[in-house]
Amino acid sequence: MSVHYWDEEMETLPRVGLESIQLRRLQHLVARVYRTVKPYRRKMEEAGVKPEDIKSLADLAKLPFTIKDDLRDNYPFGLFTVPLEEVVRVHASSGTTGKPTVVGYTAKDIDTWANVMARALCCAGATKGDMIHNAYGYGLFTGGLGAHYGIEKLGATAIPVSGGNSKRQINIMRDFGSTVLLSTPSYALNLADAMDAMKIDPKSLSLRVGIFGAEPWSESMREEVERKLNLKATDIYGLSEVMGPGVAQECLVTDRGMHICEDHFLPEIIDPKTGAVLPPGEKGELVFTTLTKEAFPIIRYRTKDISRLIYEPCGCGRTLVRMEKVTGRTDDMLIIRGVNVFPSQVEHVLVGIEGVEPHYLIVVEREGNLDTMQVQVEVSEGIFSDEIRVLENLSKHIQKEIKDLLGVTCKVKLVEPKTIERSEGKAQRVIDKRKI
Amino acid sequence: MLVEQIAVFLENKSGRLAEITAILAENAINIRALSVADTADFGILRLIVDKVEEAKAVLRKNGFTVGKTEVLAVEVEDKTGGLAKVLKCIKDAGINVEYMYAFVNKTGENAVLIFRFEKMEEALATLQKEGFTILSREQICSL
Repeated sequence: MSVHYWDEEMETLPRVGLESIQLRRLQHLVARVYRTVKPYRRKMEEAGVKPEDIKSLADLAKLPFTIKDDLRDNYPFGLFTVPLEEVVRVHASSGTTGKPTVVGYTAKDIDTWANVMARALCCAGATKGDMIHNAYGYGLFTGGLGAHYGIEKLGATAIPVSGGNSKRQINIMRDFGSTVLLSTPSYALNLADAMDAMKIDPKSLSLRVGIFGAEPWSESMREEVERKLNLKATDIYGLSEVMGPGVAQECLVTDRGMHICEDHFLPEIIDPKTGAVLPPGEKGELVFTTLTKEAFPIIRYRTKDISRLIYEPCGCGRTLVRMEKVTGRTDDMLIIRGVNVFPSQVEHVLVGIEGVEPHYLIVVEREGNLDTMQVQVEVSEGIFSDEIRVLENLSKHIQKEIKDLLGVTCKVKLVEPKTIERSEGKAQRVIDKRKI
Repeated sequence: MLVEQIAVFLENKSGRLAEITAILAENAINIRALSVADTADFGILRLIVDKVEEAKAVLRKNGFTVGKTEVLAVEVEDKTGGLAKVLKCIKDAGINVEYMYAFVNKTGENAVLIFRFEKMEEALATLQKEGFTILSREQICSL
């Protein structure tokens, strides 16, 4: 199998060379952030660390972490390092308190992103000649547009089909000859079912490879996708706080781990409890520092994703470290149909509705290939009515509020009071029945 | 002359209705009329009982969500067209029925119709003006 690189020099650079680039970029970044962003400067002063203290990559551990709350506290643009005139795009993700977290990009950032995404596409075997079917959502979510610019950068043909309307997607795949599919893995399975219903044999299509991400998926799901769609399924990783899709991508040689664009994103694995950096190869929380971003650089961002870094050389020739498939979270975040959902967001909606008590339970299941979320709400006397219509309207209202805040359609089930378990300590708010 | 009705929230799971009726029986509360309205997920049990406050209290104590609403009880002859006459009068007055249920009294001569209207006071006035027999809770309980 021939291996394609987008940026061969960087992707195959001996680690010594790579680390020297990383250190130089890190020093520049820290100096710039210290100079231009007050909240970063304050945190560094509190930690008693100055930019000149960063003398080696190991000194990164001296710097304070950044967490999602830092983004919210500085909503919307407080952590940008450049004047807004230089910001050419923003993206946002939904937030626990209803406040989204906002990230910004300069023209150079967009170009950097397009390049790392093009690298990811190449890593998965895509070339200029491919017809790339991009079923990630376009909009504030980074998935759609992030992938799109990478496809164009690569010189392949982008089909910006976005999510939804499976039948149309499949007709386009057949008529345009899509060769590469980008989507969430659960949506890929949904497409497979739709093909089945339309009596279209995936073997009659031109799909060769799939680049799936934005939600956790298992090896068994990979086998299922590969079998049902007749393609090679690869894993991609990204998050808006760091950049978006393209932070890391699996190559065609290994089936263990995604190569991180380490010249742009510096990874660490820490103990989520103590914050201590763990030795190479150990499992822990993934932390990223961006090395080249201009508008919204981030230092030691705690992703809350559990992973492991694999330093063993890869058969594809890339020297870039691999991150293992994300196996869990350090918090209670759920990913439902590619959307991040925190139980506290559901609680926020419920307490905002008069008479509704914040006793709730979220039940997540996978029906067919799609995640379903049921929110059980106790019917207190404050909301009870002797009329069915009133209670049904209440369910619909809760459903709509949740949809508005989270972007996820859920089923609301009204239950009798005290049926949801009260616990002394941390209440069990989620039952996840999916087998991922 | 409105009648107090209690309503109880029921999840669709087996044995709930049996539980409620057992609780009422243990507390010597007599059910005069009842109806269950249900959807795929939940139901609402509506009851007319002889001891309203006691019934509410014991059901609450047993963890049920209980509400109290007022309904109208109309007595009609148990003959063809009895209900139709009442409904025509209500329709002509432009009043909507939220829900209704009915039972026949012991003698079998009269039927009692229990209504929840969108506009209760207006419905009461209309029905009284048309000469319908409106029953109080005491009258229902003594039937």
